[in-house]
Amino acid sequence: MAATDTSVSIQDLSLSFGAVTVLQTLNLDVADGEFIVLLGPSGCGKSTLLNCIAGLLDVSGGRIVIKGKNVTWEEPKDRGIGMVFQSYALYPQMTVEKNLSFGLRVAGTPKDEIAKRIARAAEILQIEPLLQRKPTALSGGQRQRVAIGRALVRDVDVFLFDEPLSNLDAKLRAELRVEIKLLHRKLQNTMIYVTHDQIEAMTLADRIAVMKGGVIQQLDAPQIIYNRPVNRFVAGFLGSPAMNFLDGRLENAGGGWHFLADDLKIPLGTYHFDRQPAPGPTVFGIRPEHVSLNSGTGWPFSTAANVEVVEPMGSDTLVWLRLAKQNFSVRVTSERTPRNDEPVTVGFDPMRASLFDTVTGSRL
Amino acid sequence: MSAAPIAIQERSDLADVRPYGPKPRRMSPGRIGIYAFLIVAALFFLIPVYIMIVTSLKGMPEIRLGHLFSLPHEPTFQPWADAWLHACTGRDCNGLSPGFYNSVKITLPSVAISIVCASINGYALTFWPYKGANLLFGLLVFGAFVPYQVVIYPLIIGLSSVGLFATLPGIIIVHTIFGMPILTLLFRNFYAALPAELFKAARVDGAGFWRIFFSIMLPMSVPIAVVAVILQVTGIWNDFLFGIVFAGRSNWPMTVQLNNIVNTTTGVKEYNVNMAATILTAAVPLVIYFISGRWFVRGIAAGAVKG
Repeated sequence: MAATDTSVSIQDLSLSFGAVTVLQTLNLDVADGEFIVLLGPSGCGKSTLLNCIAGLLDVSGGRIVIKGKNVTWEEPKDRGIGMVFQSYALYPQMTVEKNLSFGLRVAGTPKDEIAKRIARAAEILQIEPLLQRKPTALSGGQRQRVAIGRALVRDVDVFLFDEPLSNLDAKLRAELRVEIKLLHRKLQNTMIYVTHDQIEAMTLADRIAVMKGGVIQQLDAPQIIYNRPVNRFVAGFLGSPAMNFLDGRLENAGGGWHFLADDLKIPLGTYHFDRQPAPGPTVFGIRPEHVSLNSGTGWPFSTAANVEVVEPMGSDTLVWLRLAKQNFSVRVTSERTPRNDEPVTVGFDPMRASLFDTVTGSRL
Repeated sequence: MSAAPIAIQERSDLADVRPYGPKPRRMSPGRIGIYAFLIVAALFFLIPVYIMIVTSLKGMPEIRLGHLFSLPHEPTFQPWADAWLHACTGRDCNGLSPGFYNSVKITLPSVAISIVCASINGYALTFWPYKGANLLFGLLVFGAFVPYQVVIYPLIIGLSSVGLFATLPGIIIVHTIFGMPILTLLFRNFYAALPAELFKAARVDGAGFWRIFFSIMLPMSVPIAVVAVILQVTGIWNDFLFGIVFAGRSNWPMTVQLNNIVNTTTGVKEYNVNMAATILTAAVPLVIYFISGRWFVRGIAAGAVKG
């Protein structure tokens, strides 16, 4: 990425509270107009990283560059960022209009300019009828819209979102997700978005940074992260229902590499190894939707199994089996749901699988 | 209305349709016991109040008859007027009124200054943590447990060395200092219960220490400020010890005046005047409780539950 279209650049950033290290020499370059999602479980440091970018936490090492300006020691207001919080953080004693204008009033912006910007933000977010209300008189979705508006009026380069949809119910969350995506298309601003919700991450992001333990595990486009996870953690964290993992061994026996687990022998002729394979303990991962049930023997690999449990999920059904004495799930359409204890054949193409080193967890 | 009996008839297969619908309310023995206890407890506290009121409305001859509980035959407000204007403390016979104004002069500034300081303290301790902030807070809380009597003598020495002993500013400073631990605790806990994101949002919006305090935190502090006002007004109004030690003779608060009136040894003991004077002195905190009791509970709850 050329330096000129880098919007936010985080260089060797580290942060520790006393003996606890939260972020460790973290590097991240965000392109101009890009939508980056920081995804990870609780306590992975994603919100901490966002607070560092916003200037709400002092870093222990490294630097942060926004729009070519080193802002590591700058106050939040001087960084050209706007932030949207999970709890909305609207000022409860002020009307929506006063909430939107607070930052501008602090900065001493002329009155007509303030009015112009509020009108624009209110139009974009369709909150014009709400301007004279107090936050308590708004619904959750409306509050979050106002919170986004507060970042909007300040005309910032970078939007930071800290789990903005987590306090909303499922339906509203889906609606606002689409609205945020539309907003990004309209404004073309750089957006950094923290979430633990993989669906938000998959649907919104240009690139996802999957984090764990203060370290970015993988930074790539959603489809690549989903289909070619770099390690077992990323593979397990993304995808619902979760990826199947089978513990076994990798061996070069009888004309090519095979994965062996109990009585199972999966040929890996179609699998693309990331590096030169070596025999040893290995984890075989495959997503439930990449496995087929009762669809003939045309697959590079197929085997017989018995259905243990059936979980209907509405749009489709999750079928649990035992494969090599380990749990294994298959996703089928609702019409093709088998019964409990029914014998079935399982087939898949190892090309769609992911192999991980048992010890290090990294992709093979 | 006719639908219900039919429905029950249709369900005659159920031998007994009850329990069905709301549970009937009955007076259980336990509940009767609770009410009995509450009534006795209320009487225990109300009987002295009753005696005070009826005695204050009687003339001295009627009091000498000794019928403590009887209503006044010839009700008179003269003892109240005497208590307010003419009751004697030593050689001064100006009644309680100078003490009342002294108490107002002590209470108003003490309450205002202590609440302003404590809210800023609580705000700074919550949102602008600095090195040693927790230690300072710990010391402040510890201060709430120091018995007053221990520090009186050092305080006298300290205040007299700067010429503030036995002056109005002196007693105001003392009340402010002693209100600080509990009030700071109150405000800090209130602010700590507010979402931290509110503060972060204000910082991203560019507001500084004072702007965030005045524009955002202070308007939200009304419930806890009401609690603080009630605590401080009643505490300072009812204070006797600091008043008699630090205020100086010319600034003695109402409580000290009351004590002097009641304990004056010359002449006849005017029970009716003493009762009236006592009720007058206790009236201010009582009125405050009656007016703001609802607010008090609401504020305490806002501090406690939302945290």
